[in-house]
Amino acid sequence: MKSFPGGIHPQYNKDLTKAKSIVEMPLPKKVRLLLSQHLGPPCSPLVAPGDEVAQGQKIADTEAYVAAPILASVAGEVTAVDAEGIDILTDPSRSAFIGGKKAYSSPAELRQLIREGGIVGLGGATFPTHVKLSPPEGKTVHTLVLNGAECEPYLTTDHRLMLEQGEELVAGAKLLMEACGAEKAIIGIEENKPDAIANLEELCREQGDIRVARVPVRYPQGGERQLIKTLTGKEVPEGGLPLDLGIVVSNVATAAAVHQAINLGLPLIDRVVTVSGGGVAEPKNVRVRLGTPIADLLDFCGGLTTTAVKVVNGGPMMGKAVSDLNSPVTKGTSGILAFTAAEAREFEERDCIRCARCVDACPQILMPLYLALYSRKRKYDLAEEFHLFNCIECGCCSYVCPSRIPIVKYIQTAKDRITRQRRRK
Amino acid sequence: MSDKLLAGPSPHILGGKSISSIMWDVVISLVPVSLTAALYFGPRVLIMLVVSLFSAVAIEAAFMAIRHGDIKRAAVVYDGSAAVTGLLIALVMPPTAPFWLIVIANAVAILLAKQAYGGIGNNIFNPALVARAFVFMAWPALMTRWSLPLGLDNWFADLTSGATPLGSAQATHLELFLGNIGGSIGEVSALAILVGALYLFLKGHIDWRIPGGYVGTAALFTFFAKGFSLDQVLFQVLAGGLLFGAVFMATDLVTSPTTKSGRLIFGIGCGLITMFVRLAAKAPEGVTYAILLMNALVPLIDRFTVPKTFGQVKS
Repeated sequence: MKSFPGGIHPQYNKDLTKAKSIVEMPLPKKVRLLLSQHLGPPCSPLVAPGDEVAQGQKIADTEAYVAAPILASVAGEVTAVDAEGIDILTDPSRSAFIGGKKAYSSPAELRQLIREGGIVGLGGATFPTHVKLSPPEGKTVHTLVLNGAECEPYLTTDHRLMLEQGEELVAGAKLLMEACGAEKAIIGIEENKPDAIANLEELCREQGDIRVARVPVRYPQGGERQLIKTLTGKEVPEGGLPLDLGIVVSNVATAAAVHQAINLGLPLIDRVVTVSGGGVAEPKNVRVRLGTPIADLLDFCGGLTTTAVKVVNGGPMMGKAVSDLNSPVTKGTSGILAFTAAEAREFEERDCIRCARCVDACPQILMPLYLALYSRKRKYDLAEEFHLFNCIECGCCSYVCPSRIPIVKYIQTAKDRITRQRRRK
Repeated sequence: MSDKLLAGPSPHILGGKSISSIMWDVVISLVPVSLTAALYFGPRVLIMLVVSLFSAVAIEAAFMAIRHGDIKRAAVVYDGSAAVTGLLIALVMPPTAPFWLIVIANAVAILLAKQAYGGIGNNIFNPALVARAFVFMAWPALMTRWSLPLGLDNWFADLTSGATPLGSAQATHLELFLGNIGGSIGEVSALAILVGALYLFLKGHIDWRIPGGYVGTAALFTFFAKGFSLDQVLFQVLAGGLLFGAVFMATDLVTSPTTKSGRLIFGIGCGLITMFVRLAAKAPEGVTYAILLMNALVPLIDRFTVPKTFGQVKS
């Protein structure tokens, strides 16, 4: 199979959780729902302290197009509202949710229902799903790609979901196809998940328009540009979107969430999180309410071991270090990983020795060494000449760098500075 | 758990390679040529290698201690690159090179060609080759006092003077391949060089483009310039420092291009200049000057060989 250029083979370490069924965590005592849980402008609160909210009730929204509303993940009393989030004290007696199939009469209505379900991409990028499903004027979608690659080491949420909730996933895929007008769907799964591949192949046997494709195991196979290249041989244009090729990419977990929101009337109030790493006592795949404090989730998994030195929200390659364990689980939290010093080794940064390992590893065919250099020297125009904004921040360059240069950090800094400068103008 | 959680940037896991692990791999790759050098030219060669290696490391350590004002800090930043430079310098010396000359060569490499530019990663020219060019200019007679291999039966005998094949053209292909010829101590055995190259290749420290482009170009050039003679092709490739330069000098990470096509262009350029010097100018030292000249072109080559980025719209 023709695949994407570059990439790396990090230790996957998925054995810690890949055979563990998803378990549901009991309701947390309180939740904190952040107003910014998606890519795009944050929502504004619709509730005030003292309000009683029902489970699934919309508590924050915005007029902005690239956004999805925030729904109460538990029933209870709003105890605080600030610039960043809304706190709710859980009332377990009222936490049942009355759902029911949602009715719609057009793809546009279906997309609106998906928006009202609060659904964003659950792979980690948190792009609002209804926006992705709306092709702009003059463009049509022919293919839906369901991303089941799960190339980030340690994470096994998609793997478990494909095994345990295959029917819901396929039902969700049907809805996504209907919403964007795709005629066919391809589910891309890395070859290291043969049981998930077999399960979905079985489920898709009856479906003429959905097929399963096994893709090579190489990070970042689950990057949407990389997955499209592997599956179709086509490259998403620089600065463009998969839509430019008539393709919509959606995570498998997002498809299952769409099924729940539309067919069962259960909006996005929880998600599956892999809690793993050498610093967690009992690694698990957990279905957890959004807004649950990370500390509570870790406690549910036996807590941190004495050797844990770093906690990461997301995968080890692209996730963010957590400094405050009271911060909550969000829509983008695919994993909570606790690392020991041996796993998350820290090194002193040295001068670049121009070994070009970053060049060879870059799946976007960039020159990471020059991007880092020009960012460090604040020559942002030169960084842009080297296609700074085509970087997907997958981390392959930093991973292979023998000088331990945090190349991605430099790239993020440059992007940030340039974006802020533009906004000021 | 620890009192304070680490907050470093993503990715949170890193690969196992470090500058020093790469440098020690290069040292290992130089073991076969070092051993064959000792085998052919006697025990003096071993002392040469040790003197060179330790003078390089000592000079770098002294410089670091002065620069950072702290010997402990010098140990922290020590990465093995000086050991590589020291070994390379000894290996491109004739077997009769005086020890003081070797120490001077190392001082030039470490202080002038490397630290003056800002240390590892910042130098433009290959330090070992700058050192060789320097001592060759300053003491040409000492640098061309060649001797023939001793052979195992009189390993401890004194070296006797004799010409290199490139100077006199007296050697069979097998002798050239195994290294039973005169020359700089590391360059004589093609077989040992290829073993080292294979190790570096398997470890992922070199790709085929630089040595392939270099040797391939030299071979093609000879083939056409020397009346389509395969004999001449084999001779030019195996004699002198071409293979050693192509495998161990031109592939120096710091002083070679970072793009794939750039590496090929760099190799081809080295091959062309070497053969021009050897055949047209009828001068020795083709390899040294070819690589140094191409080193100077590296920023330019990098600039003009930036590959089309993923999804780049044709402009």
